[in-house]
Amino acid sequence: MVTSVLPVQMRNVCIRKRGKTLLGPVSLTLGPTGFTIVLGPNGAGKTTLLKALHGLERLSEGTVEWSAPGDVSRTKQAYVFQHPVMLRRSVRANLAYPLETLRVPKGEVDAAVTSWAGRIGLTDALDRPAAGLSGGEKQKLALARALIRTPEVLFLDEPCSNLDGRSVKEIEALLLAAHRAGTRLVMATHDLGQARRLATDILFLFKGSIHEAAPAPVVFDAPQTSELKSFLNGDILE
Amino acid sequence: MNDIWAGLSSAFWLVVTGDPDLIEITLRSLQVSLTALVIASAIALPFGTWLAIRRFRFRRTAIAVLNAMMGLPPVVVGLIVYLLLSRSGPFGVFGLLFTPSAMIIAQVIIITPLIASITHQAMRDLWAEYHDLLISLNTTPRQRILTLILDGRRALLTAALAGFGRAIGEVGAIMIVGGNIDHATRVLTTAIALETGKGDFALALGLGFVLIALALGVNLIIHALSRTEREGRW
Repeated sequence: MVTSVLPVQMRNVCIRKRGKTLLGPVSLTLGPTGFTIVLGPNGAGKTTLLKALHGLERLSEGTVEWSAPGDVSRTKQAYVFQHPVMLRRSVRANLAYPLETLRVPKGEVDAAVTSWAGRIGLTDALDRPAAGLSGGEKQKLALARALIRTPEVLFLDEPCSNLDGRSVKEIEALLLAAHRAGTRLVMATHDLGQARRLATDILFLFKGSIHEAAPAPVVFDAPQTSELKSFLNGDILE
Repeated sequence: MNDIWAGLSSAFWLVVTGDPDLIEITLRSLQVSLTALVIASAIALPFGTWLAIRRFRFRRTAIAVLNAMMGLPPVVVGLIVYLLLSRSGPFGVFGLLFTPSAMIIAQVIIITPLIASITHQAMRDLWAEYHDLLISLNTTPRQRILTLILDGRRALLTAALAGFGRAIGEVGAIMIVGGNIDHATRVLTTAIALETGKGDFALALGLGFVLIALALGVNLIIHALSRTEREGRW
């Protein structure tokens, strides 16, 4: 019997750094399925919110509670950073690393690496150093490395910023495949087109707090707050 | 100027004729410094890396002390090791004074802070790069240290070579704890000091050139073995 790490509950979380409130107070619950897009302008706290959920930020106040105990819930989560972190190793070693740290047998690791390399189109590059890949390839590698542990929850922090249309399309295809396979996705973006293409739910963040949280069609058709209305209209929020 | 030419020709003949004394003290120099390097690296590389990733209360103080210890005067280290290892000292029963082991101990004390400090500097930058990923993957502290050491091995090689350079050229401490005994604890640097004192500049210079060649040779061999400075490798 595999216990799910979801739902996760965030209660009254505040994050302050050097006297400035970056986030909060925020309370939210993420259910077991869905593709949540966190929308908001730069500096709204999208990254901080994702990192707080994932446990990378020190909470000044409040709690984040997963439905499974600490270690279990942590290995069932993955995170793709805005600027992909490449280990100074080959593409193969980058893909294998998350499994190796879990002491997965070598045969299984090799099989997973080969399969994922095929899915992201990097089979020929397996033995090249990861640092030499292009921006789009690096982000695909980072995504595959996050998915190789078959996480229940995947956080993505603007994975498509600075990428061209083709790379964006490939990454979105991988994300939709993961979504269909049952992975809970939480992704920050300020690209409205991408949000419309992918989201099942929207969280709208502005100045560190959640202004709206609703299913995607509701948000796009009938935004409740004036901030979200002007954000959807393409106005610059200040 | 004549002395230097005489030294060069003396060094040439010492090497060409395979002078047994020269070979003996050269090998002892290598043995002492390489052993000290291995032991010091085994301590300093993990310690320096640990210091880079671990946050604790007196971290700044620890780093400041470590950096200050890079400048430990070898003569003072020699004196303290001498007192500890002498017959009346706490470790006198082991009878280590005036043996190569005593010289290794002194050199380990001298080069460990140096290697640890350079390691810490290099690993701090690498850790800044890897931090988010390794935390996100829920790695254990041990896995983090091993990953950093493996991926930062080029910087660590520099640290180790700096340590070797200090060890092989060091004279103050090993003179005191080794005693420069012929066929027992005489190494290149102590022999040079002795020959200079005796006024035999040609032999002293000859030994000096051998020492420089040795330091260069070890560096080049290690670089060649680890394939640094080549495209596509770290």
